[in-house]
Amino acid sequence: MICAVAQPGHGDLAPGGDDMTDQATPIALEDTKPARRAGRPSRHLTGWLLASPLVVVLAVFLVLPIAMIVMVSFWGATEWSIYPAFQFDNYAFLFGSDVTYRVFFNTVKYALITWAFTLLIGFTVAYFLAFHVRSLGWQVGLFLVCTIPFWTSNIIRMISWIPFLGREGLANSALLSWGVIDKPLEWLLFSDFSVILAFVHLYTLFMVVPIFNTMMRIDRSLLEAANDAGATGRQTLWHVIVPLTKPGIMIGTIFVVTLVMGDFITVRFMSGSQKANVGRLISNDISLLQYPSASATAVVLLITVLIVISVLLRFVDIRKEL
Amino acid sequence: MRSDLDLELVKLTKRYGDALAVDGIDHLFPAGTYACLLGPSGCGKSSTLRMIAGHESVSDGSILLGGRDISHLPPAKRGTAMMFQSYALFPHLSVTENVGFSLKMKGTDKATRRKRALEMLELVDMTKFADRLPAQLSGGQQQRVALARALITEPQVLLLDEPLSALDPFLRVRMRGELKRIQRELGISFVHVTHGQDEALALADQIVVMNNAVVEQAGPTREVFDAPATSFVARFIGAHNVIALPEGKVAVRSDALRLTAPEGAKLQGQVIAVEYQGTHVALTASVSGDQEVTALLTDKDFFGTPRNPGEAVGLDWDGQAAHPLRA
Repeated sequence: MICAVAQPGHGDLAPGGDDMTDQATPIALEDTKPARRAGRPSRHLTGWLLASPLVVVLAVFLVLPIAMIVMVSFWGATEWSIYPAFQFDNYAFLFGSDVTYRVFFNTVKYALITWAFTLLIGFTVAYFLAFHVRSLGWQVGLFLVCTIPFWTSNIIRMISWIPFLGREGLANSALLSWGVIDKPLEWLLFSDFSVILAFVHLYTLFMVVPIFNTMMRIDRSLLEAANDAGATGRQTLWHVIVPLTKPGIMIGTIFVVTLVMGDFITVRFMSGSQKANVGRLISNDISLLQYPSASATAVVLLITVLIVISVLLRFVDIRKEL
Repeated sequence: MRSDLDLELVKLTKRYGDALAVDGIDHLFPAGTYACLLGPSGCGKSSTLRMIAGHESVSDGSILLGGRDISHLPPAKRGTAMMFQSYALFPHLSVTENVGFSLKMKGTDKATRRKRALEMLELVDMTKFADRLPAQLSGGQQQRVALARALITEPQVLLLDEPLSALDPFLRVRMRGELKRIQRELGISFVHVTHGQDEALALADQIVVMNNAVVEQAGPTREVFDAPATSFVARFIGAHNVIALPEGKVAVRSDALRLTAPEGAKLQGQVIAVEYQGTHVALTASVSGDQEVTALLTDKDFFGTPRNPGEAVGLDWDGQAAHPLRA
């Protein structure tokens, strides 16, 4: 393709005198290079200058706060005061308490289960949109339909589950009136079930978008080639579409896992404050003004999430997708 | 002569809504021939090929291969294999895995798969790239892999959709020699879609010229070239003049034209352009009825009696060199 495009260009140049340009070019290049070096700041400096606005933004709004948290995590605290120090008390307490392990386990559990459901639903929706909806208009339309829940805030979307799932809620009364159950189901609300349901509801779109995006880039002739080679629909899905969708799955996974692991409000609302995750641990500490302890927990959580992401990134070259 | 491996199209039709892409074409591809479907873009040649492959549904008519109707079978059950224009190699699989893909789908074990894939790669001279990924190959190499992948299914007919169009001109000429060699070695039919007449002439035993959803002319390559039946074919296949004479339109090959004195010649005209082409000189003359006629003269003939633009010339040809045209 490139050749075909380039050739007419060559043809156009030729009448101008190939000999002239051929000889002139190297000389011209050698002439301009030193001049450029003397007259302008070096490429190195230009690069840094161009990058500096972003560097400043990231330094002030990302690096500095994190450094602050790390610093405070080594401070000391009493019931009524916080004092600067460099001690490992907060970490010692954190790792010495089995509450920490249970809460971290719970957080990972939420992340894993939510991930499994969002992946399943997200992949299916994306697959349907990308391969079964033929016209672009419909694809865009249905995609927008997927985003409708995002027109309201997270909190409202969460709270709207409560009248549905509660003891006297829609779900229970419907099941009761159909005679499926004799007494209201207690586990529908303020349970792991409702927490995960809300997570899945909130975050599935974060799985749909990157997967859909990767799927749309799959060359359709690959599917024909698979069909030509005798692959059934399921085989094509498993041997062609899934491997080629991996980067999208990974990006979606990173979104969902980080969102769920960092969340505290969903767990609080949907479990009626009966379940805990790391986010709630931190938020409780903050509400008790125990900033050093909250910082230490935050640092451990941050490291945990970074480890998870670095493991995920080993599976896929994310740069190809950006 | 009919063989039981012939591929036959019977009243094959493809409609997209109201638009007719292929209008009831009939054609017999004898077993073991290299056939080219030749025509301008949008003439229905690709739709025809894709229907034979099973990637496009047949609106009407049927496709017979080896005496059985394959029009409604899934692609892999037809005894055909397709080589895609963009090669359509699986980017996440190595060359060997790409070639062995169809065997994997059938559940062949890994060792056999690899062995057969390497045999195929041997055929297309790609053994040393067996463990690379498609992205690490050049266009020509990717094409060889695509060819090996199609051939591993042991098809009776290999379908090639503009296989050379993505290659640069030098590679195109080399690959077409390669295609011809492999077709001869395997002895199966190749149906090759192209819009390049030079490609068709170089490769095909049989040419099927299509235009506006129908077959304009089909037959052995030399017959089609020597005696185009319509002015479309004569123009598309090139190297012909379509001349309107009082008795009707005829096609005369450019190299069959002779320059003579204006008096007594079949056509009188005036030279309007002379183009030197190395071994030949192309001389264009305008003749009565506002027609332009090009004569291809050997350099010896031309420079024996050189002509300049503006000169009056006569154009003559042997009676049997003129082929009356249907349309």
